Amino acid sequence: MSPELLAALPFLALSVTTVAVMLLIALRRDHRLAATATAIGLLAALIAAITVTLPAPVMLTPLLLIDGFTRFFLALVITVSIAVVLLSYAYLNRMEDEGPVEEYYLLLLLATLGATTLLASVHFASFFLGLETLSIALIGLIAYPVKQARAIEAGLKYLVLAGVSSAFLLFGIALIYLDFGTMSFTTLGRLWNTGQAPDDIYALSGFAMLLTGIGFKLSLVPFHMWAPDVYEGAPAPVTGFVAVVSKIAIFALLLRYFVLMDGYRFPSLLWVISLVAILSMLAGNLLALLQDNIKRIFAYSSIAHFGYVLVALLAGSTIAVQAASYYLTAYAVTTLGAFGVVALLSRPGIGHDADRLETYRGLMWSHPWLAGALAVLLLSLAGLPPTMGFVAEVYVIASGVGMQLVLPLAALIVGSVIGLYYYLRVVIVLLSPTPGVEASPVGPELSLTSGATLGALVVLLVTLGIYPAPLISGVQHATAGLVLSRTNFRAADIAAAPHSRVIWSSSGANQ
Amino acid sequence: MMLAWLIAIPAIGSVLAWPAARWQASAPRWITLAVLTLESLVLLQLWSSSSAPIDLTGRGNWIATLQVPWIPQLGIAFQLGLDGLSLLLILLTLGLGIISVVISWSEIGERIGFFHFNLLWTLAGTIGVFLALDLFLFFFTWEIMLVPMYFLIAIWGHENRTYAAIKFFLFTQGSGLLMLLAILALAFVHQRTTGTFTFDYFQLLGTKMQPATEMWIMLGFFIAFIVKLPAVPLHTWLPDAHTQAPTAGSVILAGVLLKTGAYGLLRFVVPLFPLAAIQFAPVAMLLGVIGIIYGALLAFGQNDLKRLVAYSSISHLGFVLLGIFAWNMLALQGVVVQMLAHGVSTGALFITAGVLQERLHTRDMRKFGGLWASLPRLSAIGMFFAIASLGLPGLGNFIGEFLILLGTYQAHPAFAVAGTLGVITAAAYALIMVQKTFHGPQQAAVPAPDFRARHMAVMAVLIAAIIWLGAYPQPIFDTAAPGLANLQTATQNGSPLADGEAR
Repeated sequence: MSPELLAALPFLALSVTTVAVMLLIALRRDHRLAATATAIGLLAALIAAITVTLPAPVMLTPLLLIDGFTRFFLALVITVSIAVVLLSYAYLNRMEDEGPVEEYYLLLLLATLGATTLLASVHFASFFLGLETLSIALIGLIAYPVKQARAIEAGLKYLVLAGVSSAFLLFGIALIYLDFGTMSFTTLGRLWNTGQAPDDIYALSGFAMLLTGIGFKLSLVPFHMWAPDVYEGAPAPVTGFVAVVSKIAIFALLLRYFVLMDGYRFPSLLWVISLVAILSMLAGNLLALLQDNIKRIFAYSSIAHFGYVLVALLAGSTIAVQAASYYLTAYAVTTLGAFGVVALLSRPGIGHDADRLETYRGLMWSHPWLAGALAVLLLSLAGLPPTMGFVAEVYVIASGVGMQLVLPLAALIVGSVIGLYYYLRVVIVLLSPTPGVEASPVGPELSLTSGATLGALVVLLVTLGIYPAPLISGVQHATAGLVLSRTNFRAADIAAAPHSRVIWSSSGANQ
Repeated sequence: MMLAWLIAIPAIGSVLAWPAARWQASAPRWITLAVLTLESLVLLQLWSSSSAPIDLTGRGNWIATLQVPWIPQLGIAFQLGLDGLSLLLILLTLGLGIISVVISWSEIGERIGFFHFNLLWTLAGTIGVFLALDLFLFFFTWEIMLVPMYFLIAIWGHENRTYAAIKFFLFTQGSGLLMLLAILALAFVHQRTTGTFTFDYFQLLGTKMQPATEMWIMLGFFIAFIVKLPAVPLHTWLPDAHTQAPTAGSVILAGVLLKTGAYGLLRFVVPLFPLAAIQFAPVAMLLGVIGIIYGALLAFGQNDLKRLVAYSSISHLGFVLLGIFAWNMLALQGVVVQMLAHGVSTGALFITAGVLQERLHTRDMRKFGGLWASLPRLSAIGMFFAIASLGLPGLGNFIGEFLILLGTYQAHPAFAVAGTLGVITAAAYALIMVQKTFHGPQQAAVPAPDFRARHMAVMAVLIAAIIWLGAYPQPIFDTAAPGLANLQTATQNGSPLADGEAR
């Protein structure tokens, strides 16, 4: 097989599975069958992403680039999707009397396909295509329990958000295209880094709009208002998917874009991102203090966590790119586990998930395994050992210290101390000796799939927290190419005469 | 390899102890006792074979060391080392650990499995702190010991436990993150000068830095350690945490966890940043003196027995801070004895207070009074340790305080004179405690039983220990000396602060 075909295998597997599941549903409605087919298809894509060895990065058309970085995140995102399928199965089983559940998997596959496209894109066209595929499928997923007002509300909110952020992105892309005449990241990077970039208001506003759109998707302050409502209203497994897959895919894209463009040479850009990061860390953690709903707590904590990863983005050194990748992995495992616990405890059909803090009172004594898992996950969110969250936090702080980012680091420290307070609050509730007023609605018939998934996540969390060396070497391997490409640009930059400005139309028109 | 077992044994034991409660209610207690005894045997075996410490080339005298790769990509190794200083502190940890199990035999009646899980886990973390010679590993174990301690306070504590537990956690975690920044900054500075990114203690020793950089990084470590120690003005978590914790928690907190702060100052702050430490010594010693006097005055003003003992800890550990920054052999030997003696005497006082709380359901000294008549054994022992605490010659605390003041006098006479005031104020709070609690008219009818055999056995051990420390401390000096010499050679040519004379 040609390297292009090999590189495209994960995407092909996902697309084929989507069509197959659609046909399967048309032929026979069977929840178990649909779920199994989805899981198998995702597994095939995962195997394709991991096992196929490529001698060099492969460009699939000018739109997609499959390199180590892409494949690392492909593996992560597809694994998360498999976990979401497993967690959803039991959840949907309890929802079956509310209507058909099989299309859920169709939407999930589409969303995964969108996310994987984002991961590989090095062109604004594929970026936008992937983002829309992801967002539209997510609207369907969030509002999937159509008989529940909260879910519909959350779906509508996400729809409005997706529309607004797409509008910003499109306008930004258009402005950048106007200035550079190209939509390919690599060409943009080359123009930008060889001093051929036009220096006018269009490019600057274009980047600002682009960042705004991405800020909405990552729910960074001040674009974060939607996150708590959507997280609260969506079914718990979907919330996990929104919090993990869509954010990770977009952040990986941002990382690639930023490194390729070498945004580090523009102090104004760095200042804006610093400000967004600091605000996200502080506001996210402070607002989480006020919540009594565990899904909203996780929503604000996710806002803060992306503030932390932005610190790594700001640092931009080799270690920082690794730190960001490690952090995203740790975040994926932890957040998915947290929403997995909520999903396990939830009874769809009573109008809301098991998201009241009261529900968790004394859980440690009634369901020790489940509460123990949640406690470990909370420790990881708080960045305490022996979990992946601890290593990730140290990694990110290390990247910040290496670049002497004083203010963001100060905000990170303050933010994570505030964060501790509300994580501990949840732990205290778990440990409280008396069950709450609102007797827990749970008798979680621990389904095998959900229980095993959750167990695997927690074991992974602790194992990679105590012995993170394998993942770190994987991350180093994956990000090597990305960092290298920037080094090449810098070399080209030195070679080019500093003042060789060329008018954009002559250099960029043919791109 | 033995060193890895020192951490692994309690860690494995904790995992066994938790589920054992289902099988039989008191099984976790026996498992914990067995685990700690086994651990002590391993340690004693290491001690007995320590007659000739290995002199690693250029690294000083170590009884045992261990180095295996952990995260080689980031220059992190699983590196442990046991010298006289660590050995004595681990011995104290294990002794108080065993005592904690014995005294919570009747006090802890609920969730016994989880209690012992946390207890062993804290001890494993503490032992890791005393052994770690890789700064990342040190930070890892430093954080490990916090969470279970938090659980001990938050679940089995007294009436205001949640507040105290969270306050304890936020103080230590916030300062811990400062230390993390300092550790990473040190590693990056080292990388800039030598090209290798490492967290190895031995490689980081003697890193060349700008004076200002050195001062900032040193402060990061210093703040983390004096929060733990605790020194004024970062002590406010301690009275709450100690008062609200269950007896075993108070004993471990006061006896062992506070010592990790002192250990950090000894092992890391001065050796890694000798020049900044010289500059900063007057400030640190001033904080020590303030702690001595302020802690004693506040102790004098308390009505809550456990709070009184907690404030007396601040006073005692002020001496430790004073002695560390005097940095001559006399003062350092004093610091070691003071840490051990404080662990024993304060532990005993917390046990006494805990028993009183269990029997009389109050810690308020105004409601005690005249207990001697009804509880003679408890009262006599309580008075004995109160007097030990005020520094009566012949008991451990005296040796510690005396050596520290002697050593400080050589370095900074003024601070020694001021510190001596603390000995007087100690007499004031110790005697008022005895007066209010055990003497005077009997306040209430006390149907409560006196110390039983279990407590008497514990107390006998503690009394023997404090007398031994006071009457014949030579074995302690001999054990600690090579380890302290390690620290002093690290700062080159002995004391940076004064012409310390080796004993």
